[in-house]
Amino acid sequence: MLIKRPSDIASSEITPPEIYRRRREFIKAAAAGIGLAGAGPLLLGGGSVLAETSGGTAIPNVRPSPFSTDEQRTSLDDVTHYNNFYEFGTEKSDPAANAGTLKTRPWTLVVDGACEAPGEIGIEDLLSGFTQEERVYRLRCVEAWAMVVPWVGFPLGDLLRRFKPTSKARYVAFETLLDPEQMPGQRRSVLDWPYREGLRMDEAMHPLTILATGLYGELLPNQNGAPLRLVVPWKYGFKSIKSIVRIRFTEREPQATWNMMQPDEYGFYANVNPAVDHPRWSQKKHRVIGEGLFARKHETLPFNGYGDQVASLYSGMDLRRYF
Amino acid sequence: MARSRAERVLPLAKVVLFAACLAPCGLLVWDAVSGSLGPNPVEALLHGTGDWALRLLLVTLAMTPLRRLTGQVWPIRLRRMLGLFAFFYVALHLTVYLWLDRELAWSTIVDDVIKRPYISVGFVAFLMLIPLALTSTRGWMRRLGRRWTQLHRAVYVIAVLGVVHYLWLVKADLREPLIYASVLTILLAFRVPWDRLGAMLRGVRVGRSGP
Repeated sequence: MLIKRPSDIASSEITPPEIYRRRREFIKAAAAGIGLAGAGPLLLGGGSVLAETSGGTAIPNVRPSPFSTDEQRTSLDDVTHYNNFYEFGTEKSDPAANAGTLKTRPWTLVVDGACEAPGEIGIEDLLSGFTQEERVYRLRCVEAWAMVVPWVGFPLGDLLRRFKPTSKARYVAFETLLDPEQMPGQRRSVLDWPYREGLRMDEAMHPLTILATGLYGELLPNQNGAPLRLVVPWKYGFKSIKSIVRIRFTEREPQATWNMMQPDEYGFYANVNPAVDHPRWSQKKHRVIGEGLFARKHETLPFNGYGDQVASLYSGMDLRRYF
Repeated sequence: MARSRAERVLPLAKVVLFAACLAPCGLLVWDAVSGSLGPNPVEALLHGTGDWALRLLLVTLAMTPLRRLTGQVWPIRLRRMLGLFAFFYVALHLTVYLWLDRELAWSTIVDDVIKRPYISVGFVAFLMLIPLALTSTRGWMRRLGRRWTQLHRAVYVIAVLGVVHYLWLVKADLREPLIYASVLTILLAFRVPWDRLGAMLRGVRVGRSGP
């Protein structure tokens, strides 16, 4: 059994962000000290990066969760500097460099569609109106790399119930902000903007599915999908849509951006599955970010190791067909 | 006079070019040793070596047009070194792929080469480069004579396969591979004997317009 469910995560296990910051400052100072002042920012990936990840706002009263894994967390530095967020560029380093233009306050989430109480809710109400929990989850990207991220957030189901979905609500559709001024990557039609994703209702209501508001105890950095993103840990990362402005209950399977672009490569379900290869690469193994140049790859588990909790959602389904 | 000066400068130019071609490799090694390759160092090495393999292949292909445009012979004198460095980076790229990326798991490698078209074309391009690298010496040029030129025309196919390899592996953003494709198209356009082609087409048309 790989999934451990500690009843409590000792807060001492989590390296506080201040330590990371101090480490970065130390490296910077050391680089400058030995006469590498010019090379310092290069080595660290740009001086501005330091300012972006430091000075985050701590989220108060974050509760631990039994759903957290006790696996080694990916460093804050790697979590915030290796991102697929095409709204800010297609290179992994682009979001950290470009996401400063995103304005996350004020931020309003619209919830509508097949529900009795459609409406809007602001980010501050989302933060104060729902108990924020820390969920340390494995994240498996469809590109065969993985991280372990200590998210802060709350179950998506808690939010959805407030809007009273009707019996016609069989799916939930999500949409990212569309604003090329704030999201320079949207000025080129690399993807069909705005980014869209969807879940089946039971997937959306599953207790593992969260809306994340932060990571490492602080509000989400812009490059990680601030101020509000989906996290579905048993699915490939592209399902976990970022910077959400709209959630809609639908009767039919909603559009999903990568699925529309390459339906044979990116399925609607996109459950992590080592038995179904991406046409262009194997999904049997993955590389864990932060383990270094010579680290061995890890075996990928069905449903990213969350099979005990979620496999029953798909009983009787042909997962090769509905990949 | 001018020519003899070029002859005198050439050895120095070769030393400078050798260092310049080795520099990207040196930087990658330096970054690897100092831990500056970023969050995914294997990917950084894989992409870094692949980028330079393709760039040097295109630079090699630019030498013949450069000679024609400048009327100088030095581009041809530098061509072999450039071509061999292109091969060097392709070999590094393949090594990183086999060893660090695929962890020498031969069954998955065979799987990749057979089932994944972008890897198939990349692998074929590598295989085709081997005879060109082996026959790049003066001795082989002399031995093969006119057939050497015919053999080394394979580099056009190799370059196309290299660019296709890049185009097919990209997920959504085709901009960069299309830049390589555009440069390659221009370089290959220099090879088309437009005069002869025009004459041929005119000849055909004359033939067809006959009674």
